[in-house]
Amino acid sequence: MEPIEDELSEEGALELPSEPMRLNMGPSHPAMHGTIRMVLDLDGETIQNVDIQPGYLHRGFEKSCERGTWQQVFPYADRLNYVSPMLNNNGFAWAVEKLLGIKIPERGEYYRVILGELARICDHLTCNGASAMELGAFTPFLWMLKLRDFIWDILEEETGARMTHSFARIGGMAKPPTSNLERNVLELIPKFEAQLIECEKTVLRNRIFLDRMEKVGILTQARAIELGVTGVMLRSTGVDYDVRKAHPYSVYDRFDFDVPVGHDGDNYDRFLCRMEEMRQSLRIIKQALQQIPKDGPVSVDDVRVMLPEKPKVYSTIEGTIAHFKLVMEGIKVPAGEVYSFSEAGNGELGFFIVSDGSGTPYRVRCRPPCWFNLNAAHEMIRGGMIADIIPTFGSVNMIGGECDR
Amino acid sequence: MSKLVIERLASQFGDRILETSDFRGDDSARVAADAWLEVAKFLKSECGMNQFTDMTAVDYPEREPEEPRFEVVLCVRSTSTNQRVRLKTRVEDGKTLPTLIPVWAGADWGEREIFDMFGIRFEGHPDLRRILLYEEFEGHPLRKDYPIEKTQPLIAYRDTTAHVAKLPPFGADEGQPFGRIQWQERLKGRDQQVSPAIAVQTGQRQALSQTSAGGSAAGTEE
Repeated sequence: MEPIEDELSEEGALELPSEPMRLNMGPSHPAMHGTIRMVLDLDGETIQNVDIQPGYLHRGFEKSCERGTWQQVFPYADRLNYVSPMLNNNGFAWAVEKLLGIKIPERGEYYRVILGELARICDHLTCNGASAMELGAFTPFLWMLKLRDFIWDILEEETGARMTHSFARIGGMAKPPTSNLERNVLELIPKFEAQLIECEKTVLRNRIFLDRMEKVGILTQARAIELGVTGVMLRSTGVDYDVRKAHPYSVYDRFDFDVPVGHDGDNYDRFLCRMEEMRQSLRIIKQALQQIPKDGPVSVDDVRVMLPEKPKVYSTIEGTIAHFKLVMEGIKVPAGEVYSFSEAGNGELGFFIVSDGSGTPYRVRCRPPCWFNLNAAHEMIRGGMIADIIPTFGSVNMIGGECDR
Repeated sequence: MSKLVIERLASQFGDRILETSDFRGDDSARVAADAWLEVAKFLKSECGMNQFTDMTAVDYPEREPEEPRFEVVLCVRSTSTNQRVRLKTRVEDGKTLPTLIPVWAGADWGEREIFDMFGIRFEGHPDLRRILLYEEFEGHPLRKDYPIEKTQPLIAYRDTTAHVAKLPPFGADEGQPFGRIQWQERLKGRDQQVSPAIAVQTGQRQALSQTSAGGSAAGTEE
C-alpha cells in the first residue's frame, strides 16, 4: 500500500476531520420500521447527538375524526397501532362510554379483555421477534410470527378480520363470542408456552444477543417518569406502573396476574419484560375464559347507543327509525370532556375526547404511548454506538401508525 | 380522589384558579394563563405530580372575541399516590405560553406537536419546530378553520396521464391510470377508473383501433 504523502501537513501529522459527521438514518432504512428519520451527529462511531424526526406516516387521524360520527372513528383507531388493533378499539370504546356514562354488560367486558390480551401478545411477539431478528436471530422471529399467525387465526374467527378488526362498538361488541373461542384459545395456550420457551432458549444465553442487549440503551427511572414514558419501557426501569393494576378499569381487578419489572432499564430488561408479559396475558385470558358468562348480551340494550338487531330494523318502525338516526346522525354524546386511558401494547393509550353534544366528535386527542417513549429514545441513543441504535430503537417498539397518527 | 389536590390549588392560588370540575371523575382545574408555569411547578414540587402524561390543545373559535380561542390541556399523574390531575388554560391566537420543559421534560414533544397543529407558541422552548408536518406546510391543521379537504403536496400530484409512458406490452389506456382519482370527473360520468373494455362499451372512451394517433404508440413515444 502506498504511503499517504499528500495528506501529511508540515509537522507530519495526519489531518483528520475533527468536525462531527452528520448522518441521516432513515426514513427508508430496514431497521427504522415505521418510517422514521434520525439525524445523527457522529464522532467516529459514537453518537454525539441525535434528532429523531417522526411524521412520515401522519394521516391526520385527529382531524379526520372531527368530520364523522363517533362510531366511524373505529376504523381509524384500528390503524393507530396496527399490531394490536383490538386494544385501540377497546381504548376508544371505553373513552366514549366514560363520556356517555354507561357500563356495558359483563360478558362484553370479558370479551374485550380476552381479545385485547390476545392483541397484546401479538404486539409483544412482533416487537421481540423483530428485535431478535435484527440482531441476527432469524429463527425465533419466524417462530414468533408463526405464533402470531395462530392468534390472528383466532381473531379472524372471532372478528372476521386478521388485522383491522373494527370490532368494538360504543356500548359493547359487534358480535358475541363464537362457541369455538374457548376451545381455540385453550388449544393454543400449551403450544404457545412451549414455543415461547424454545424462542427464549435460542437467544437468552446467546453471547451475541447478550452483548448487544445488556447495558445498552439505558434509561434511568427518574428521567423515564419525567419524560412521560409508560408501558414496558417504564416498567423495565423498575417502576411497577401498569394501568391495569394502578387504575383497574373494565374487569381487570378480578384477575390474578403479576406486573413484571426490570431494574436496569436496558434493552435486555425490556425484552424480558415483554416475554413475561405474554405469559401474564395468557394467565389473564385463562381466568377470563373461566369467568366469562356463558350467555347473555355483550352490548347495552339502548337504541340511542347500539344499532338494533337486524330483524327489528326490518320488521318494526321503531327499529328502522333508531337505525336511521344512529347511522345518519350518530350517537348523541353529551357535551363535556374526559380523558380515558388503558394499557395498550406500548403503554398508556389515552383518549382525550371533547363532545359538543352533536353526533360528531368535537375533538379526539389520542395520547399515543410511543410518542413519549420515542422522545425518551433520544437519551437512550445519545452517547452510544451507531450499531446500538438498532436494538435500542427495536425495543422502544415504535409503531408508525400510532406515533404519527 | 385527587380532589384534595384541586382544593390545595384553589387555596394556594385563589382567584387565579378560574374553574374546577370533576366531570365523570376527572379532576381538572382551569388556571389563568399567567399562572400556568407557577401552578405547574407547584403541582410537581408540592403535590407530587411527577409523571408527565399528556399535553394537547382544543380550538374553540366561536368563543372569540370574549374569550381566548385555544384551550391548552395538560394531564399529569403522581407515581406515589396514583392521583391524576388535568390542568387547563386559555390562550389567545398569537399569544404565547411559558414552556413546561423545566418542570417535566416530556413536555418537549407535547409542545412541539401543539405548535405544529395549532400554532400556539411556547416561550422558552429550545427547539420549537414542526414535528409531524414538514417545514413548508402552511397553516395549522387542527384549527377548526383549516379545511379538511385541503392538500399541500410538496410534489404536485399528477393530474393527467398523457405524459406518463406505459411500457409495452401495455397500451396507453390499459390498466389503472397513474393520476389521482378525479372524483369530480367521476361524478360527471367521465370515469377514468373503469376498465378500458367497459369504457368502450359505455362510450366513455374510444376503442384503440378508432383512435387516430394509435393508442399504444402515443404513450411510448414521449
